[in-house]
Amino acid sequence: MTDWPILSTVTFLPLVGALLILFIQDDNELARRNIRNVALMTTVFTFVVSLWIWGEFDYETTGFQFVEQAEWLGTGITYHMGVDGISMLFVILTTFLMPLCVLASFESVKSRVKEYMIAFLVLETLVIGVFCALDLILFYIFFEGGLIPMFLIIGVWGGKRRIYASYKFFLYTFLGSVLMLVAMMAMYWNAGTTSIPELLAHDFPASMQPWLWFAFFASFAVKMPMWPVHTWLPDAHVEAPTAGSVILAGILLKLGGYGFLRFSLPMFPIASADFAPLVYTLSVIAIIYTSLVALMQEDIKKLIAYSSVAHMGFVTMGIFAANAQGVQGAIFQMLSHGLISGALFLCVGVVYDRMHTREIAAYGGLVNRMPKYAVAMLIFTMANVGLPGTSGFVGEFLTMMGVFQVNSWVAIFAATGVILSAAYALWLYRRVVFGALEKESLRSILDLSRREKAMLYPLIVLVIFFGVYPMPVFDVTAASVDHLLNTYNAGLEAASSSVAEAN
Amino acid sequence: MYQIIVLLPLAGFLIAGLGGNMIGAKASEYVTSSFLVVAALLSWIGFLSFDAAEPMAPITLLHWMQSGDFDVSWALKIDRLTLVMLVVVNTVSALVHIYSMGYMHHDPHRPRFFAYLSLFTFAMLMLVTADNLIQMFFGWEGVGLASYLLIGFWYKKPSANAAAMKAFVVNRVGDFGFLLGIFGVFVLFGSVNLDTIFAGAADIAAQMGGEAGEAAAHGAASAGDVVLSFAGYSLTMGSALTVVCLLLFVGAMGKSAQIGLHTWLPDAMEGPTPVSALIHAATMVTAGVFMVARMSPIFELSHTALTFITFIGATTAFFAATIGLVQNDIKRVIAYSTCSQLGYMFVAIGVGAYSVAIFHLFTHAFFKALLFLCAGSVIHSVSDEQDMRRMGGLRKHIPVTYWTMVIGTLALTGFPFTAGYFSKDAVIEAAFVGHNAFAGYGWGLTVIAALLTSFYSWRLIFMTFHGKPRASADVMHHVHESPMVMLVPLFILSIGALFAGMMFEHSFVGEGYEHFWQAALYMGPDNHILHDLHEVAFGIAIIPTIMMALGFVIAYWLYIVNPAKPKQLSETHRGLYKFFLNKWYFDELYDFLFVRPAKALGRTLWKTGDGRIIDGLGPDGVSARVLDVTNRVVRLQTGYLYHYAFAMLIGVAALVTWMMIGGIS
Repeated sequence: MTDWPILSTVTFLPLVGALLILFIQDDNELARRNIRNVALMTTVFTFVVSLWIWGEFDYETTGFQFVEQAEWLGTGITYHMGVDGISMLFVILTTFLMPLCVLASFESVKSRVKEYMIAFLVLETLVIGVFCALDLILFYIFFEGGLIPMFLIIGVWGGKRRIYASYKFFLYTFLGSVLMLVAMMAMYWNAGTTSIPELLAHDFPASMQPWLWFAFFASFAVKMPMWPVHTWLPDAHVEAPTAGSVILAGILLKLGGYGFLRFSLPMFPIASADFAPLVYTLSVIAIIYTSLVALMQEDIKKLIAYSSVAHMGFVTMGIFAANAQGVQGAIFQMLSHGLISGALFLCVGVVYDRMHTREIAAYGGLVNRMPKYAVAMLIFTMANVGLPGTSGFVGEFLTMMGVFQVNSWVAIFAATGVILSAAYALWLYRRVVFGALEKESLRSILDLSRREKAMLYPLIVLVIFFGVYPMPVFDVTAASVDHLLNTYNAGLEAASSSVAEAN
Repeated sequence: MYQIIVLLPLAGFLIAGLGGNMIGAKASEYVTSSFLVVAALLSWIGFLSFDAAEPMAPITLLHWMQSGDFDVSWALKIDRLTLVMLVVVNTVSALVHIYSMGYMHHDPHRPRFFAYLSLFTFAMLMLVTADNLIQMFFGWEGVGLASYLLIGFWYKKPSANAAAMKAFVVNRVGDFGFLLGIFGVFVLFGSVNLDTIFAGAADIAAQMGGEAGEAAAHGAASAGDVVLSFAGYSLTMGSALTVVCLLLFVGAMGKSAQIGLHTWLPDAMEGPTPVSALIHAATMVTAGVFMVARMSPIFELSHTALTFITFIGATTAFFAATIGLVQNDIKRVIAYSTCSQLGYMFVAIGVGAYSVAIFHLFTHAFFKALLFLCAGSVIHSVSDEQDMRRMGGLRKHIPVTYWTMVIGTLALTGFPFTAGYFSKDAVIEAAFVGHNAFAGYGWGLTVIAALLTSFYSWRLIFMTFHGKPRASADVMHHVHESPMVMLVPLFILSIGALFAGMMFEHSFVGEGYEHFWQAALYMGPDNHILHDLHEVAFGIAIIPTIMMALGFVIAYWLYIVNPAKPKQLSETHRGLYKFFLNKWYFDELYDFLFVRPAKALGRTLWKTGDGRIIDGLGPDGVSARVLDVTNRVVRLQTGYLYHYAFAMLIGVAALVTWMMIGGIS
């Protein structure tokens, strides 16, 4: 089975589903149900197949696995796929979250169901592609291509200010990645290849590194998003339909962190080391600033969106700490945040579907009518706060521990996020879930339906499982992270020794 | 066996939590309570049969995290200190479970309540059995979560929700320090596993040439290297240890409600009373004391940190006692008393008498849990009234509660040969013979606090049980003694409150302490405090007892002989009375210093920072400018020929000028 192009299969399976849906007429309820079912089946099947990758994954190998390579365009650019310990789990995360997104859209999306599901399946293909691509150009195509379905999902199926939000989303991310494209060309002229494994082995001249680093940084920082280019995220989240928010927070934000790990750190080690203080500063500002802003939000989704920015601050901080705890913590934090923020947005979707408002003030005392919902929400809130025993703790803790060894100031400031996150998350919980049920409109609200349980319960299990026993993740990432850090440190050493020679 | 002790409460939690509605409230109660009783019996067996001379290897349950050099597992460390805590936690928890069957009898959410209680117990057990700092932190936060859930158990009450949240957030402030302390420990010792840390600490102590203290550390050659840079300072081993210890202590301050981070504890009384007895008196709040005692090998290396602990402990002991003097809510009086007694424990730790602190923790668990459960029994009998101004004269109606509560009070105030007499007096004597700069301060304040303690405790008894009934006739008509299921725990705790001191003094702090503790608590080679405190002159040793008697007399005089006097006193000393009644204005101060600025800052950053500056100069600004410019360009096109001609003329003139100037240079 090892010859089977498993990565391409997983990547393009959703497209097959999209193709099937294309042939279903979207004119009556029965057909729409078919469309939903096909989309669900496709995503579930993709997930099951993708588990194969994990099953066959070799924990000892530091390089890329399941590599596929084919001539393409006849210009030295190849169709080149492969995963290592850093990217593999993101593929699984994507395929895992997709069925939940489809489920979340079963009832909330009523118009243009066909186009909606196709957009989601195309998005899945593109996102998996980003994590598997081993060629710069291929990466860029997937990376940019992902913008289009997301832009449409927000712009077509979004809320009231969806046009504004979708343009803001598009312009921000697009402007960032244009710079990246320029940098990619420069890299090609310097190294003479677009193959990522070869580029990883290539030493870029020290004078070029800052420019390349900044160009990539512009793109990834917007995607993360880092302060001060984060303002598109709250707007995009608020306007996006529930499933859109889940994908946005759960997966699209991780593209930035993945990019830092795949490109910035190993390819431009000197610049990464030089600019680490900048990243630390922005990360710390993101953690404190957006936590404070989150405290005052009046819209549930916006609050969670701001908290996402704060949590991504831990990720960037951990990555540029450039030690084992920092980087592994960052990867873990991204995966865990994918589950937790996805779950929180699903939770918001649950009440939004019932009440059609996201305003915190419109809720209160939900626990009286929705005890199961209250429990689920509590667990995710606590995970978001980083309570030990949930997956949220592991990443947060390791990134802080990593950065403490490099710069204790950063860790001190980041640790205030521990206090602030408790404040905003528990305050939200108190206002929405606790209290007496006094609002007339909430009198008849119903607890979780079976479909909603199917969405939320697996997430509860995973959030707690990976909090208690995160080793499966560390087993996967350990070898690749080690390798990455060796490359990084070797690059730095080479640079310092050449400076010493020059002197 | 130890796995069973720790995991039984977890099983109880899962059964009652997940299946509570299925198996019903009664079954949930029986399952969780019987599990806890078994766990408590096993803990006593372990405690009594344990031979401290043979150290046990940690029992590993599951690998947890590994990243680079950082490697932790879920593991149980069993030594004397753990066993003492196991006994305390499981005994009190089992009794509280049983008591709650009666106390929560009318509550519709009993399965949830018992599930939370068991969850709490599990987290607390993970905390005390932790063999590494991360697992301790797990338990630390786990008890915080359970405390949050139980304080907010009656979620319809806004005050309960506010108190629950406050407890969690204030504790998080402490955790901030604890986390940084853990990172510091990792940098210094390369591990977070206790055994490795202790071995490292022993090496450092040896390097200091047998003379503990920073002065020696600075002198030692290898200790002079920079080992930790923290907040811009490059620290050598001695000062690095001080910083780490202080950070860890900040965590302890949060959990153990020491002055500054104490504000959550009185508010936590919003929870059901059994919860107050279990969490906010006997177990969780002592976690800070436990943690510092557990880390004694590194605290022993930093005199500065210990001095600071003495200072904070003594101040808290005094400060909380003053507030306790004037409170009218029966539970709040006991809550401040708890706060004050925790201060005592830290005084003992600060002067290096770790085993004295743990001894006081041990006895305090019995009599303070007893007092809270008695208070619960009182509240239960007077239709959920908590204000002592509306009680009085209950002695005849609920005699069993009265007498058990008197026993608890005797133990708390240190009546000769009760539990508190041994442990509290040991703390005060330890402060007297202590060597650090604040030992004298600690002695003075703990002695005064002993007087205050005796006063407010007896005030509570007199206001509640003596005098004329002040409750309405309707309430008085319904006053009834609690059922047996609530009284039996009171009896058992009374036995503890009376005899725990007498029975265990020899092993905990007496001649047998070395054999009893072995390596569980570390004391430096020149720390002779346990020896010294037995040689305190009788004249000094008797002072706390005199204070106790004095407090009783004053309380008796003010509340039995002269019942009108307290009111007059509060009128004449209005300022001081208000100051105490309003808890030294800590809540107001924090609201002013932190809560409101944080909210204002959040709003400003959101509206101005994100809205006006980032979006205003960024996307919105750019699009507005583009529109602006295009609008102007449109306006330029007026259609009049002479406008265009004039513009051309100016352009030509400018061009010619430029060329001329350019040509000259």
